[in-house]
Amino acid sequence: MMSTQPEPLQPSALSKTPNWTKTRWWFSGNRPRLVITTLILIPICLLWIYPFLWTVSAALKSNGEIFAGLGLIPRELELSNFPRAWTEANIGRYFINTVIITVSSVAIVVVTTAMMGYVLGRYRYPGKRIVIGILVATVFLPQGYTIIPVFELISSLGLSSSLIGVILGTSGGSPIIFILLFTGYFSRLPNELEEAAIIDGAGFLRVFWQVMLPLSKPIIATVAIMQTLHAWNDFLLPLVLTLSRPDLRTLSVGVYAFQGEFFIDWGGMAAAATITILPIIVLFLFMQRYFVEGIAGAVKQ
Amino acid sequence: MVRQGATIYKPKRQRSLWQEAWKYRWCYVFMLPSLILTGMFTFYPIIASWYFAFLDWSGFTAARTFVGLANFREVMTDDLFWGAFRRSMIFMVASVPLQMGLSLIVAIVLNDRALKLAPVFRTMFFIPVVTTTAIVGIVMSFVFSPFNGPVNGILRNLGIISRPIDFLGGADTALWTVIGVFVWKWFGITMIYWLASLQTIPQDLYEAARLDGATRPQLLRHIILPLLTPFAIVILLITAVGSLNVFALVQTMTGGGPFFASEVMEVYIYRTAFGTGGGGSVPRLGYASAAGVFFGIAVMVITIVQGLAVRRIRTRPIS
Repeated sequence: MMSTQPEPLQPSALSKTPNWTKTRWWFSGNRPRLVITTLILIPICLLWIYPFLWTVSAALKSNGEIFAGLGLIPRELELSNFPRAWTEANIGRYFINTVIITVSSVAIVVVTTAMMGYVLGRYRYPGKRIVIGILVATVFLPQGYTIIPVFELISSLGLSSSLIGVILGTSGGSPIIFILLFTGYFSRLPNELEEAAIIDGAGFLRVFWQVMLPLSKPIIATVAIMQTLHAWNDFLLPLVLTLSRPDLRTLSVGVYAFQGEFFIDWGGMAAAATITILPIIVLFLFMQRYFVEGIAGAVKQ
Repeated sequence: MVRQGATIYKPKRQRSLWQEAWKYRWCYVFMLPSLILTGMFTFYPIIASWYFAFLDWSGFTAARTFVGLANFREVMTDDLFWGAFRRSMIFMVASVPLQMGLSLIVAIVLNDRALKLAPVFRTMFFIPVVTTTAIVGIVMSFVFSPFNGPVNGILRNLGIISRPIDFLGGADTALWTVIGVFVWKWFGITMIYWLASLQTIPQDLYEAARLDGATRPQLLRHIILPLLTPFAIVILLITAVGSLNVFALVQTMTGGGPFFASEVMEVYIYRTAFGTGGGGSVPRLGYASAAGVFFGIAVMVITIVQGLAVRRIRTRPIS
């Protein structure tokens, strides 16, 4: 039956969270060694994230206090930095642009890479191997060396006057590794569900949409998160595409421009930086498993 | 990875290939959206860069003049191009071993079931990876500021320096500071690669080695490192390509300055293509494309040479 929800499948190692702490390491009963390791790592890790703590702390200080001392706790809580950055430096506008670009590009990338991965992973048809070969060959192309033709293409298509150009460029840049993730996952799913659906009279589209796509939720989540990360953090492409249209800037470009225009407003800068990086850090902390999976998947492929 | 089955598809006659293709027409429909996107933003740019490289073209006017190899000739004689080329290479040669070596050490330490806080440490090491690179660059330009920036503050409090160091404003320190920040920023991703690779080593091997009385360094040298080698090659490739993808960090930390002292290839291309380097420079998309194409070929040659060298080392009989 098509309507019955199948048991959650775990057909591949990729769909499971790698259990990092599983490996029993050497002298696992050696307590002093573990205590020393922990004591060494704690200050290193705190130092590691110090720049972010410093940023948030600076966002809550007055401009006079930021460079006055090393303490992270503000003497007086200064909350005016955030509204000032949000309205005067247009960060609010850039925030909305970034959200629109991120959400649209995630939708485009998930749908297109899932479709591509599905047929590559489950069917054998003429020309398939050529397509896979060409895709794999382009995985290692750095973005900086394709920016000029992308800029020219978007302009000549007349897309540079709206966010659509940035959305398309952000969606088209990097999804080959996502296609490979979907391909690997779909190829490992058992045939029975598909066959049952076909006997029930489902066509190609219904098999994909109602049987296969719902089964690929872990990969959809991984791809959606990786693309969110990419779209939210991208710099070169939105920078180039919005050179003549400041109102279309994303957060990363907007904060960069802010630095050029209001270079002594450190508090406002820090607030704008906090507005940009906090959502992505929070997303990471809650969805950590998918981040790690997507990245580990890249090296395993 | 991809289920191919034991049989290989073989068309019996030419006609049956078309029949076969028609039978799978939905497959082609499903490939279409993705192929259009990759075509527009991956394949087209590769080909178009080559074409643009032969043009004298500002990008703002429709006027495009075919100038043959003139752009390439100019690239070859431009000291700033070779400077950027050299710095990109320094960036790669300095950052890749540092990033791979340090993250391998941390990964081996964290890959310990008995280390209770390992997941917390892993998360903290990974946080810089997810943060917006451009923002990190801007924040770091404050953190390394000579005017009471926290790094100078800490170094002074510890008594290591007496006068503040202008990390990003000094011609000798700017590039190295950016390299340091780059390694810190992407350290976590290489660490996850190593951890994923370490997870593939079967548990039994550790147990067997322990029963045989192997010491910790022996275990590392004779079991862990050899088993990691195939992964190391993939990680090396990914990390090396990543070290050429540094635009956001360099542009926001130094803008390539002071006086081009930290200008790497991507910044050079951006500056010549879009003419935002100040000094009233005119945008030259054709010339910048030639620089990009030339650099792309150079990188490809280096990658191939590297690949051949690795292959030679691996096929050498183990003595």
